[in-house]
Amino acid sequence: MHEVSLMEQTVDMAVACAIAQGAEKIHAIKLRIGDLSGVIPEAMQFAFSVVTAGTIAEGATLAIESVPARCYCPTCQQEFEPQDVIYACPHCNQLSTEIRQGKELELAAVEVS
Amino acid sequence: MCQTCGCVVTGEVTIDGAVLDAEMAHSHFHHPNQAHTYTHNHQHSHYHHHLHHNHLHHPDHAYAHTEHVHDTRGVTATISDRSDTGTTIQPRTLTIAQGILNKNDRLAERNRGYFQAKGLLVLNVVSSPGSGKTALLERLLQDWPQQGEQQRGVGVIVGDLETDNDAQRLRTAGDAIVQITTGTACHLEAEMIAQAAQKLDLDQLELLVIENVGNLVCPAAYDLGEDLRIVLLSVTEGEDKPLKYAPMFKTADAIVINKIDIAVAVGFDRDRAIANLHKVAPQAPIFEVSARTGTGLEAWYAYLQGQRERKATTIMGS
Repeated sequence: MHEVSLMEQTVDMAVACAIAQGAEKIHAIKLRIGDLSGVIPEAMQFAFSVVTAGTIAEGATLAIESVPARCYCPTCQQEFEPQDVIYACPHCNQLSTEIRQGKELELAAVEVS
Repeated sequence: MCQTCGCVVTGEVTIDGAVLDAEMAHSHFHHPNQAHTYTHNHQHSHYHHHLHHNHLHHPDHAYAHTEHVHDTRGVTATISDRSDTGTTIQPRTLTIAQGILNKNDRLAERNRGYFQAKGLLVLNVVSSPGSGKTALLERLLQDWPQQGEQQRGVGVIVGDLETDNDAQRLRTAGDAIVQITTGTACHLEAEMIAQAAQKLDLDQLELLVIENVGNLVCPAAYDLGEDLRIVLLSVTEGEDKPLKYAPMFKTADAIVINKIDIAVAVGFDRDRAIANLHKVAPQAPIFEVSARTGTGLEAWYAYLQGQRERKATTIMGS
């Protein structure tokens, strides 16, 4: 339920970057959100229009790239994509504690003019 | 600041009743309809940004004036009105690739370094509301001095949306207690911890426990600068809680199952709960305790003592 706060920080960052680059308008914001970030993309989308109101990002589109979880199996020495919340290696069934991808919560890019 | 599921700012963060220092607070956003205390020492309307502390205003007034000098709190910024140039700027993409929680994470690292310099072991205790975090800490405050022969004590930073009930409870068992009242925020952030820690004499402590806001979702995302994240699960919550709230359990360094004294009464399936915990969080040792009766606390304290000693050795060796 912290998506509004996160979206505020996102828009703050996007606006600051846009202004620093001499832009006057933000047309699109692109985020990367990992499946393990604890963030619900739909809630981010919901917060977006509210948070951008009155900013140079008002009316902009929000694109969210979902980043799937990836784990590393030390026995098989390879990465795998877990199928559910139990991170068992599909080759040897060993549980993995090494998460290599999926916690991302990142402002990837903004389109400005 | 997190406004939970609403968009209207309704609360403010306080630490032992004092409002969180806005000058130390992280970058934030002002809603157009939200009053703020920033004084404008000029008369004309304009769009401006204060780069000196990453603080943006989004007034609903016009953007139409020429270059001017704007002096706020000793910082002078020259801002050009780009609309006078008459040129059309083509849309372009700025690649940013920056973590949204970067600021919190940097502050958390600062906290971690500070706590390390003080020789403190720091726990971040997270769980659902009502699983017994405060009761577990009450016991810890009472029992800790009897564990070993160390001279220094235990401090607690308590986070809640409202009331200082937990701090009051804990003060009957210890004196190094600070309450953070988050207003509407569903989690603690590193900045709040940095300020709350200033209220404690850390040189007198060897263990600092952060009792996070009761919530198994949002606190998972925020590093506070702790050494260990302790996830508490009580027997009344159901054996599948680890599966339902996997992101939180996956961040656990240790898991405490509380209220085992009433496990039979509530039909708690211990084997299934432990199997679920092992599957979701294979990295975390599990301690089964009753904060009320004291069952199982010795093993829990032994773990904390071991972690404290390990950290002390690490600090001495570094």
